[in-house]
Amino acid sequence: MIKHLRSAADLDAATATLILDTAGEMAALAGREVKKLPTLRGRTVVNLFYEDSTRTRISFEAAAKRLSADVINFSAKGSSVSKGESLKDTALTLQAMGADAVVIRHPASGAPHRLAQWVDGSVVNAGDGTHEHPTQALLDAYTMRSRLGRIDGLKVAIVGDVLHSRVARSNVLLLTTLGAEVTLVGPPTLIPVDIAAALSKTTKVSYDLDSVLPEMDVVMMLRVQTERMQDSYFPSAREYSRRYGLDGPRMRRLPEHAIVMHPGPMNRGMEITPEVADSSRSTIVEQVANGVSARMAVLYLLLGGKA
Amino acid sequence: MSSYLLRGVSVLGAAPTDLALVDGHISGTADSSAEVIDASGLVALPGLVDLHTHLREPGREDAETVETGSRAAALGGYTAVCAMANTSPVADTAGVVEQVWRLGREAGMVDVQPIGAVTVGLAGKQLAELGAMATSAAHVRIFSDDGFCVADPRLMRRALEYVKAFDGIIAQHAEEPRLTEGAQMHEGEVSTRLGLTGWPAVAEEAIIARDVLLAEHVGSRLHVCHVSTAGSVEVLRQAKARGVRVTAEVTPHHLLLTDELAASYNPVYKVNPPLRTASDVHALREALVEGVIDVVATDHAPHAVEDKECEWAYARPGMVGLETALPVVLSVLGERWDLIADRMSRTPARIAGLTGHGTDLSVGSPANLTLVDPSARRVVDPAELASRSRNTPYAGTTLPGRIVATFLRGVPTVLDGKAVK
Repeated sequence: MIKHLRSAADLDAATATLILDTAGEMAALAGREVKKLPTLRGRTVVNLFYEDSTRTRISFEAAAKRLSADVINFSAKGSSVSKGESLKDTALTLQAMGADAVVIRHPASGAPHRLAQWVDGSVVNAGDGTHEHPTQALLDAYTMRSRLGRIDGLKVAIVGDVLHSRVARSNVLLLTTLGAEVTLVGPPTLIPVDIAAALSKTTKVSYDLDSVLPEMDVVMMLRVQTERMQDSYFPSAREYSRRYGLDGPRMRRLPEHAIVMHPGPMNRGMEITPEVADSSRSTIVEQVANGVSARMAVLYLLLGGKA
Repeated sequence: MSSYLLRGVSVLGAAPTDLALVDGHISGTADSSAEVIDASGLVALPGLVDLHTHLREPGREDAETVETGSRAAALGGYTAVCAMANTSPVADTAGVVEQVWRLGREAGMVDVQPIGAVTVGLAGKQLAELGAMATSAAHVRIFSDDGFCVADPRLMRRALEYVKAFDGIIAQHAEEPRLTEGAQMHEGEVSTRLGLTGWPAVAEEAIIARDVLLAEHVGSRLHVCHVSTAGSVEVLRQAKARGVRVTAEVTPHHLLLTDELAASYNPVYKVNPPLRTASDVHALREALVEGVIDVVATDHAPHAVEDKECEWAYARPGMVGLETALPVVLSVLGERWDLIADRMSRTPARIAGLTGHGTDLSVGSPANLTLVDPSARRVVDPAELASRSRNTPYAGTTLPGRIVATFLRGVPTVLDGKAVK
């Protein structure tokens, strides 16, 4: 098993599949009355969060606690971090406290890579800057597999602000490793340069959402921040949703079986309409539940559990 | 005055000969009191001249001082360095440039030639007192806001025009600021993969294209700092063909390293302009040999440990380079001694107007020279650097060539590979 999960590129197909299979076993546990395993008893998992992200933090916290680990939440606010302590010094502190795993959310791309050089324990990337969010990709893959029965051969559109999206990068890497065919859709200003060469040779790019929808098994809508407007990535929120938002008529262009995903939090009315978000195709609530299972699987396997 | 006899030295790779250094000059004969140095197997080059050095004093003496930077320079084979203006306070007045100049004289290991800021506080709003710096004891001829681009085209035009009065030259840090907001590394495949904000090549090329047109329009001299892209080379090639008075420099690291190194997220590889692609490196090497790029300049940029031992985005850009420049250039160009002497000594001395430097090693010339053992190999160890900072990208790399001795006006600053003081 790998030691750290810093990038979805750390996962080969076999390892990724093992994590998804393990997540399935963890999910079965969620149906029980007592939702707890003794596996990580006596182990310490630190949630080191430099950004506000209640949903990701509580997802990791729930995952660690269901495995009976001791959980320490270390948030940048109200800690020595806000007094200017360096990441290295924080890392050495966590090291001295005997952290077996550090789950890190950080606004700077690559912070988990730096952290892994300073701690002995496992490092799990819970979102770093505009780089990656590998456990989100795992829970998304798990959700696709649960709904559609497979990942190999699926056609997946990832729509929106790919440039600033850590979710998109991790999903492209993981999904192509598992044999899906990914098409990135958005205005040219929000598609990063050389994306296929950078992530996966098979990745396609389209600027036309309507034309790709009829072929897709999965459409994943990314959150688009209205602030991007000020930076001239697109002219207005209204024009953005007209061209790249998913509404009812567009959703009906999808094949019957296709699903709609969103990593949350959503901007209802911007990239996705309530009609779509609340439809039966939407997996948005399932994704949250699957997030706990996927993160349990990651912590379990990284900390030496056996499948 | 001391005198030395360099026995069996190869001047620029020529057949071994003896070279006498008497009273600060190269002499036809040595007197009997001359100290004899066995220089067999060593190559003599005119003392190297760096057009682009950050000495950090005043302001960041924890990262470098004029003295420690001078020592590093001498150990790298330099006899003159041009000290960039982005100190604290900024070298934008006669007082500050004279202070740096005086500190250089006191250190006495290389000639420290201050560069003056183009604008007050490097803010890009108002011309600094360029004339006062030019007529000060520091005798400033090169002006640069390096670290920042003189982005305002009207201000750049005025600066280029104004310095004609005292044969000054504007050294531009070519970076369109609006195109590089938040930029962390070269924009391309690697930045996309790493999720780091890209620094597009066009941000450099657009400013160089504008500035060569401005220089042509007003008939002034322009120098372009740290050229880093293949596209910039093409802009310069065309401008030179038209007769524009433009010169350009490339750093050793842009001749050797590529953006792939950022994949470690180790900020020792973070530099501005950023490391580019292999095809840019190739174009820069060709341009240097051809003369489209005139000189190698180090952009020696010392940084304190805490400014590098952090997240990539929070780290300061820059690399130390004085002590590794010649070995890197040797590894890139091979033992083309005359070409190396031209790109690292004669031409930079001419651009900076440093008449005592970059001269041929012939009788009567100032004895500013360095002796290199081309057969030696060295593994770069950051702990061994004389610079006060350790941010070298070459840690653990084996580089060819060892600087054995450096003489400043006939006086050794380095002997046996060690600083004399």
